[in-house]
Amino acid sequence: MKLFVPKKAATVLSIFIFIVAVGASAFRNDAPVKQITFSTINRDSVESVQAFEIVYKTLMSPRCMNCHPAGDVPLQGDDSHLHAMGPKRGLDGKGVYAMKCSNCHQETNIAGLHMPPGNPEWHLPPAAMKMVFQGKSAHELAKQLVDKKQNGNKDIKKLIEHADDGLVLAGWDPGEGRTLPPVTHAEFKKAWITWLQSGAYAPKK
Amino acid sequence: MAKITLNINKKDYPLDADPQMPLLWAIRDLAGLKGTKYGCGVAQCGACVVHLDGEAVRSCVTKVSRAAGKKVVTIEGLSETNSHPVQKAWQEIDVPQCGYCHSGQIMSAAVLLREKPNPTNQDIDDAMAGNICRCGTYLRIREAIHTAAELQKKAGTKG
Repeated sequence: MKLFVPKKAATVLSIFIFIVAVGASAFRNDAPVKQITFSTINRDSVESVQAFEIVYKTLMSPRCMNCHPAGDVPLQGDDSHLHAMGPKRGLDGKGVYAMKCSNCHQETNIAGLHMPPGNPEWHLPPAAMKMVFQGKSAHELAKQLVDKKQNGNKDIKKLIEHADDGLVLAGWDPGEGRTLPPVTHAEFKKAWITWLQSGAYAPKK
Repeated sequence: MAKITLNINKKDYPLDADPQMPLLWAIRDLAGLKGTKYGCGVAQCGACVVHLDGEAVRSCVTKVSRAAGKKVVTIEGLSETNSHPVQKAWQEIDVPQCGYCHSGQIMSAAVLLREKPNPTNQDIDDAMAGNICRCGTYLRIREAIHTAAELQKKAGTKG
């Protein structure tokens, strides 16, 4: 069935909707909500993929990847070797039995070279959603990061907020003897948001 | 220094301690309970394991401030008469050689049996991998944990 709307009527209707929208916004007493929705995304595949290069090299650095292992044992050190003692992920990502993360990892870093780093929320992703970084190509990781079934059910808004998550920030405060991610947190966050807001395009490889 | 009260083995210990002090120091040097051992000091060996609100924490890297207001249980408090199934199994199998690591081993095993009353060998490996024994008593430790599971089942207790 073909819908037919006279051009003149359509124009008048458009102007009416615009006036109502502008009028309504004038009565708002709160600040504009900077909520990111797909409708406000400025899609730009080149800018998006360029930003993801920074995101990818950050997420694949030991400070991020070590807690996103392919197996169920976290990684450790700048060479991302398997964690000494072989602690296991457990269902909730917080370890098992007498080998729970917080048994050694305290709320803050312990002073001293290579001492256990700390954070109140120290854990791996849960068993039901492992969010693996290790071994993923840039293409695979980009696809995974925006897939709600693989990213902890995060929409674009929650993904942007996640840049300031306590454990993400802990990557830039790793304790003595550990290298920092390749860019600053501010640079990472800027690239992360740019990537997401410009369409979250996945690199070809 | 600060006034901190630690509840260790159901008894309150009012202590004058730096909140940053390792819990192990407070247990051994301030409360005078010497059963918990210092091994590596960097959370790598498990000799210093105690229970903090039921979890097998490494007291060498746990600050005293974290333990304030919580229940600490050391090897001396695991049972009043050395009758915890793990302690009884340890005696029955005659597990220790030098014995230095075994208060930590027993405290870790007790958490395992509370959470997994009938552990498999894999469960035992997963739970005990952080407790090192330089005498190499691992096979007896494994046997004793299976024995403790049986004792616990017979007694109808859990942990």
